[in-house]
Amino acid sequence: MARKRPLALPSLYGQPYGPGMEMNEFQERARMLVQDRNLGYDQRLRRLAVLATEVLPYPAISEACREALDKRVICDMYEGHAPYTARYILPDYEKAIRQGLSFLELPPPTDLDDALAFLQIMYAHVPSVTTYPVYLGDLDKVLGPFVDAATSDEELDRKLRRFWIGIDRMIPDAFAHLDIGPNDSRIARSILRVERSLRQSVPNITLKVDPVLTPDDLIEDAVRTVFETGKPHFVNHPMMVADHGEGYAAVSCYNSLKIGGGAHTLARLNLKEVALRHTGSADEFLATTLPTFVELTAELIEARIRSLVEQQGFFETHWLAAEGVIDIDRFSAMFGIFGLAECVNLLMSYEGHDETARYGHDATADALSRRIIERVAELVAARPMPYCNGGAGRCYLHSQSGIDLDKGVTAGTRIPVGDEPAMLEHIMTCAPHHRHFASGVSDIFHVDETALRNPQAIVDIIRGAFTSGMRDFTFNLDSNEFVRITGYLVRKSDLAAVAEHTGVRHGSDYLAAGSEDEFHLTQRAVKRIGCNEREPR
Amino acid sequence: MKGLVTNTITFSTVDGPGNRFVVFLQGCNFNCVACHNPYTINVCNDCGECVDTCPSGALTLDAIGAVQWNESACTGGDTCISVCPYDSTPKARYAEVADLVAKIRRAAPFLSGITVSGGEATQQTEFVHALFSAVKADQELCLLTCFVDSNGAAAPDTWLALSDTMDGAMIDLKCLDPEIHRTMTGQPNDMVLASIHQLHAMGLLYEVRLLLLAGINDDPALLRSTAAWLADIDPEMRVKVIGFRNHGVRPHDPPLIEPSPDSLHSAAELLFEFAQFDVCVI
Repeated sequence: MARKRPLALPSLYGQPYGPGMEMNEFQERARMLVQDRNLGYDQRLRRLAVLATEVLPYPAISEACREALDKRVICDMYEGHAPYTARYILPDYEKAIRQGLSFLELPPPTDLDDALAFLQIMYAHVPSVTTYPVYLGDLDKVLGPFVDAATSDEELDRKLRRFWIGIDRMIPDAFAHLDIGPNDSRIARSILRVERSLRQSVPNITLKVDPVLTPDDLIEDAVRTVFETGKPHFVNHPMMVADHGEGYAAVSCYNSLKIGGGAHTLARLNLKEVALRHTGSADEFLATTLPTFVELTAELIEARIRSLVEQQGFFETHWLAAEGVIDIDRFSAMFGIFGLAECVNLLMSYEGHDETARYGHDATADALSRRIIERVAELVAARPMPYCNGGAGRCYLHSQSGIDLDKGVTAGTRIPVGDEPAMLEHIMTCAPHHRHFASGVSDIFHVDETALRNPQAIVDIIRGAFTSGMRDFTFNLDSNEFVRITGYLVRKSDLAAVAEHTGVRHGSDYLAAGSEDEFHLTQRAVKRIGCNEREPR
Repeated sequence: MKGLVTNTITFSTVDGPGNRFVVFLQGCNFNCVACHNPYTINVCNDCGECVDTCPSGALTLDAIGAVQWNESACTGGDTCISVCPYDSTPKARYAEVADLVAKIRRAAPFLSGITVSGGEATQQTEFVHALFSAVKADQELCLLTCFVDSNGAAAPDTWLALSDTMDGAMIDLKCLDPEIHRTMTGQPNDMVLASIHQLHAMGLLYEVRLLLLAGINDDPALLRSTAAWLADIDPEMRVKVIGFRNHGVRPHDPPLIEPSPDSLHSAAELLFEFAQFDVCVI
């Protein structure tokens, strides 16, 4: 279907990184925004808030850093000029429920109804960069104390179902994310049943998988849910625990962070743009060009953290911190990279290889990809960062899954859409990178519908991928009503509604429409891992 | 120990329980009108017809007149298969058990097991046994299950020989009626029926597949007698009802007809009149 370019987003994109915009420019942008027929009330309100901070000067950064931002070699994720909330916040909901919340005048709940109401109220007050909470809790653990043998499965399903509808309608944002597992529980099973029956794009869900603790049966139940809704995402629990301890969760667009903590900010480095600014060998790239841009990214992250913590004083003033539900010592910042595929392929061409020697299809290219990621990891681990005790004073490395403005550059460490090799080769190419990305990777594998009749096959692939050192990934089924854009989930019908200006409820749908226009992500190569005809070719 | 291997598939979701590595062996003792990969039926007789038709020059005749296939030059267009007058392929190759074990090892963390298919797996029973034995003897691979996908036309000794290493067999039952079976496959069905009995008695029958061709073997009375026969053996049997598809099948006069999804579902309903089979319809 030919699509109209659905949106102009003057408030979010293309702002200068200097002293702040002039009033006449502000007036013009504000006018365009409030009159934008493509946007609903909520979206206009939230974008106006970002626009307003752009009147203020950008946090102080060097000329080189500003130029890298201007040229989009590094990217600040359009968080605005004066961050006044941490980007990703993971309240310790278990603690909040145990001790109650004086700010919200909520005593500790005593039964399931009270606990669900407690959470729903609390969600309304948890800030984030999207203004909606990106973490809704490890709900099987949070609700565990309120579900006993006296609660029937039917009652549990009925209550969670009502709660789920509330989440989708009150937090209209596919970055809102909750976790279950690694242990089996009646609540986890009920959540999967409710998911399959409601088929909502919100909340996003992660299943923590431990090879010993998580039974095949639970993974298979989750796989059946993937077939219906594209959820959950799967994470390698032991690998996460090794990096973060038991108190971690996957939130938002697959960012793994500490519970009771989070990430102050996320800045990301476009490795393709770095390679385009390089002449010479791959060795020289790793020795000079790459470190220069890694440091510029780190400079930006540091400036934004200091602005949040020192200028705006988020942690001094927010009640979540005052009540010990979050603790600045469990925060760090996320250092994102993307465009690895293009970076590798450019460097290979500089070294005289032809285009068959590319990432995902050539041993030399794949080996170079591993050297690049190892070098980035080494540089980030050597760069101290203030207020980042959650990461032992360093940033968490993150393979960033992209935003709607990325053009001609592949998300994170992924293989370009449509160019993915067979599934085993795909996993073998991507898996070696995963150990470096403590705050998440989010590779996506597409499977065809023959797997529907054999969910155990997908369980096998999940277990194999984790054994091979993958940290986290998602499956997408070709015929699914849902489609995963760079990482979050939207309904195909909602994408069409944006294109046709009929209006949608979720803010993330607008971002998705932009990505689909640029990338045709819905045409991602389907992994054919078997065929009806049993053709041995 | 070598076997004549048509090809392998690293991940398959349709050849038994879970994700499986599949080995296709060249050569079959049936000649089914509905065969989806007829080029696996015969072993290449080196007639050389295909050699000059290869657009990428990947085929040559060697000094003793045998057809040689150069895999790295092959572009996969399968002209050789389409011109073959003998229902074969020049691309099947003899492989050592150890070669296959190395390929399986790479994929092993992702697998429930391996399946040997074909062609007809039991035409190379010794090789299948050697492969299964190697898997079972390997520390890293011993938990993989070993399955055979077969047309069932194998002597009792075949299943006895495989029984110490094989975890299950999937048997095609083309037709319970011997005459129709002969029309469909060129062979009688007595060995197939005996194999199903024997494998069930040995606890090695994983599933029976019914491939239905419209107007040939989907008559309700025939399906009823098939269901009764199967229910007598095992009323909880796994039965896969597969609708015939024309893809890859040789031309036939009169043309073979694909059954409608509705008729497949009524076939499944009919099976349920006789027992609570574990039925899967494809």
